[in-house]
Amino acid sequence: MTYIAKPKFHHPGLKKNELGYTHRDYEGKISTLCAGCGHDSITASIIEACYELSIEPHRVAKISGIGCSSKTPDYFLGNSHGFNSVHGRMPSVLTGANLANRDLIYLGVSGDGDSASIGFGQFAHSIRRGVNMTYIVENNGVYGLTKGQFSATADRGSKSKKGVTNTDNAIDLVAIALQLGATFVARSFSGDKTQLVPLIAAAIRHKGASFIDVISPCIAFNNHAGSTKSFDYVREHNDAVNRLDVLVGRDPIAVDYAPGTVQMVEQHDGSKIALRKIDADYDPHDRLGAQTFLARHAAKGQIVTGLLYVDPDAEDLHEHLNTVETPLNTLEADTLCPGSAALDKFNASLR
Amino acid sequence: MSDKKPLSSVNDFVVRFANVNGSGSASANEMFARAILRHGVPVSPRNIFPSNIQGLPTWYEVRVTEDGHLGARGGVDMMVAMNPQTWDKDVAGIEPGGYLFYDSTKPMPSTKFRDDITVIGVPLTAITNSTYTDPRQRQLFKNIIYLGALSALLDMDPKLIEQLIGEQYKGKEKLLSSNVHALHLGRDWALQNLKCPIGLRVKKSDKVGDRIFIEGNSAAALGAVYGGATVCAWYPITPSSSVAEAFTAHCKKFRHDPQTGKAKYAIVQGEDELASIGIVIGASWNGARSFTATSGPGISLMTEFIGLSYFAEIPAVIMNIQRAGPSTGMPTRTQQCDIIACAYASHGDTKHVLLFPEDPAEAFEFAAAAFDLAERLQTTIFLMLDLDIGMNHRLCRPLKWDDSKQYDRGKVMTAEMLDEGRDFGRYLDVDGDGIPYRTYPGTHPTKGSYFTRGTSRDRYARYSEEGSVYADNMQRLMRKFETAQDLVPRPLQANAERPTKYGVIYFGSTSPAMDEAIGLLEARGHQLDRLRIRAFPFHSSVASFLAEHDFVYVVEQNRDSQLRQLIVNENGIDPVRLVPIVHYDGTPITARYIAKAIGDHQDHLKVTPLRKAVS
Repeated sequence: MTYIAKPKFHHPGLKKNELGYTHRDYEGKISTLCAGCGHDSITASIIEACYELSIEPHRVAKISGIGCSSKTPDYFLGNSHGFNSVHGRMPSVLTGANLANRDLIYLGVSGDGDSASIGFGQFAHSIRRGVNMTYIVENNGVYGLTKGQFSATADRGSKSKKGVTNTDNAIDLVAIALQLGATFVARSFSGDKTQLVPLIAAAIRHKGASFIDVISPCIAFNNHAGSTKSFDYVREHNDAVNRLDVLVGRDPIAVDYAPGTVQMVEQHDGSKIALRKIDADYDPHDRLGAQTFLARHAAKGQIVTGLLYVDPDAEDLHEHLNTVETPLNTLEADTLCPGSAALDKFNASLR
Repeated sequence: MSDKKPLSSVNDFVVRFANVNGSGSASANEMFARAILRHGVPVSPRNIFPSNIQGLPTWYEVRVTEDGHLGARGGVDMMVAMNPQTWDKDVAGIEPGGYLFYDSTKPMPSTKFRDDITVIGVPLTAITNSTYTDPRQRQLFKNIIYLGALSALLDMDPKLIEQLIGEQYKGKEKLLSSNVHALHLGRDWALQNLKCPIGLRVKKSDKVGDRIFIEGNSAAALGAVYGGATVCAWYPITPSSSVAEAFTAHCKKFRHDPQTGKAKYAIVQGEDELASIGIVIGASWNGARSFTATSGPGISLMTEFIGLSYFAEIPAVIMNIQRAGPSTGMPTRTQQCDIIACAYASHGDTKHVLLFPEDPAEAFEFAAAAFDLAERLQTTIFLMLDLDIGMNHRLCRPLKWDDSKQYDRGKVMTAEMLDEGRDFGRYLDVDGDGIPYRTYPGTHPTKGSYFTRGTSRDRYARYSEEGSVYADNMQRLMRKFETAQDLVPRPLQANAERPTKYGVIYFGSTSPAMDEAIGLLEARGHQLDRLRIRAFPFHSSVASFLAEHDFVYVVEQNRDSQLRQLIVNENGIDPVRLVPIVHYDGTPITARYIAKAIGDHQDHLKVTPLRKAVS
């Protein structure tokens, strides 16, 4: 638990972003997770992405469920409101929060127990609805906080620390998210900040349901030989389809890259994603192709990472519901209440 | 053939329609009830329907009551028996001297009738088939034809029914004239072939006044519109679905920006009740007024979130349209059976605010008030309706709204207040009422943010497992609950004409039956003071009422006398002094039932009515 206060002073020469915020302004409390935990690397990537995007820290709402991953919102964006809700229920709480105020940025942080088991339904339905959010699953294949039980993303044949072999089939959240219509789907690895930071940044800029599955080895219970979510295993089986850069308010720097290997994706808000393609055949606008690609590589035991699918013209839940531009939480009686004259008319129609 | 004199009554009788569901009878039956209202005579209709869409028996009961007794009466004076499946039971249920109206197209053996009732046969199918060829038309117009025949038998003014048809099919000339035609087919046949009117008659009166005729669910939904709800998340469940459906309809009418056409509301049909309450909690946490509507099984599913709402102090409004439990129970039958489940919902020490409206007018008021209470108290507020109020049209006073009213958004610390240097502790009791300040997400760049969690924390929302810190918070939550006592609707007391040692406590949909029962009990010489409870936590006047009476009957519609348990538990009084009067077969409680149960108990106590003792 967080007993140590983080010192507030910092080096006066610390770099500032466009809004004048330093890295420190995006940090939170000191992590209480195990030293070396993959989740802490993801936290660092979230901080980095928000800093680079020059987001006002307090305009982000961080929402999580229950578990090791769900504790992490306390460790970044200390000036943002956070909500450590109920196990598996981050998606519904986030959906409600998003409906109340469409002007904030919604960051949902969840784990594999949270999203693939107890909250599998909520994960699916929030994606289906196209809630404008960045949904990050910190996926370690194991229940860390209750000491090492398999989760639903643990691969069949994977061995637990106690030597038990998992005989259940694994759920691939990325495949499910693609099938359910997520408009931004990516996978990454907590140990690969170069790939992860721009992915998070692009997901935040994406309008619609963005989903990122981040393989994040549990150093306490799932980093041994026989585990398919260990650092070594993921490094060996990682097959990246692309590397990307997010360009906001800057000229595209596509010229930096050799033609034919870079694909520019312009998002709804005008920001651009420069995809340096490693697999030349990979088309991130083809949902069906992404599903096939994923399945083919999974059969070979490869973990595909990178931006797997994006629909730059996605719509979100607010568009589906045709809600007003003004956040609903700012509306008062003068605009919400029809008043007594309307009520008298209503009464008259009931006689 | 009758060996009992036919019942004779003007503006005071019960007609029950026995139909097959899905046959289109509901609108004709409702028109019958409305037509009587147009005569200036109060009615109290009730749908008795199965959890099914087509083919199972359904009944519609209309109590015609010049005296305005809106509770169910019990017994049937005239049965309109349109369902062969339930014929025997329907015929058996008619009061001696009552009337049986049936389709006489096919002859029935005499054994299928009774000697002590008047049998009225109208060849409905024959009339219909000779007039219409389309099967659907035959089905629908048959209903209007029996309505026409009844209008003649009960001496109703056909002009008033024509007027209703005119309103219903305004702008649809063809439908309008064909319905009027069908009405007169039935009416003319009855006038030519039967002795009209019968002993039961409708006579014009002036007892309806400015009252309106509305379902509780629709009124509660409108209360949510007036109360400023902007987010509604729900999952379909009988008998609550029509709340969300009515909210949708009301919002379409009242909540679209006239210029842009955009919606000043968001309605989401969740994937289940867990998601629905999750969305409500998320929206309320973020400062929008939000609610869900559900019934017992939904409450069971929501309890984890309800505990979070209590402990993390997040407003929520849950409308619980109660039905008979436990488990799936009787989904289309009424009960007041979730009192304990809602009052103490969720694990750990919790207590929740419950509101008990008695009719649609109060459902409207309490629904609107629930949002003020939820934001003021930063917790879940339950609006406890039931199927009887929610899904039946009830005659009630017109809905009222004060235009000068502003919403009470509760204690919300703004960016300005934070800039002034106000100390913000999310769980800090600055005013001594147990209610802390909250901030909305995104308020201020450097001040006022906090981490909301269901785990224990200190006054500044910092995680803590210190015993004293935990206990301090739990005690403050108790203080807050005490504050709630004076904010919720107070009980209403009505004393008997003469001082009495006996009282009765009741609530919600029991009201009209209780009011009527008081008259019946007085006739038996029993005087009772009445207290109608309108909310939990109980106001101090409940304890005073208990102290002022030797015995208090607690009348409710569940097996385990749940309100009584709650009173005993919360007031620490001797349970012996609280006598349970329970009714829980899924039908609405009646005045006759209450009067008999209390009357018998009073007799058993060998009470000498005060009048006799004095004389």
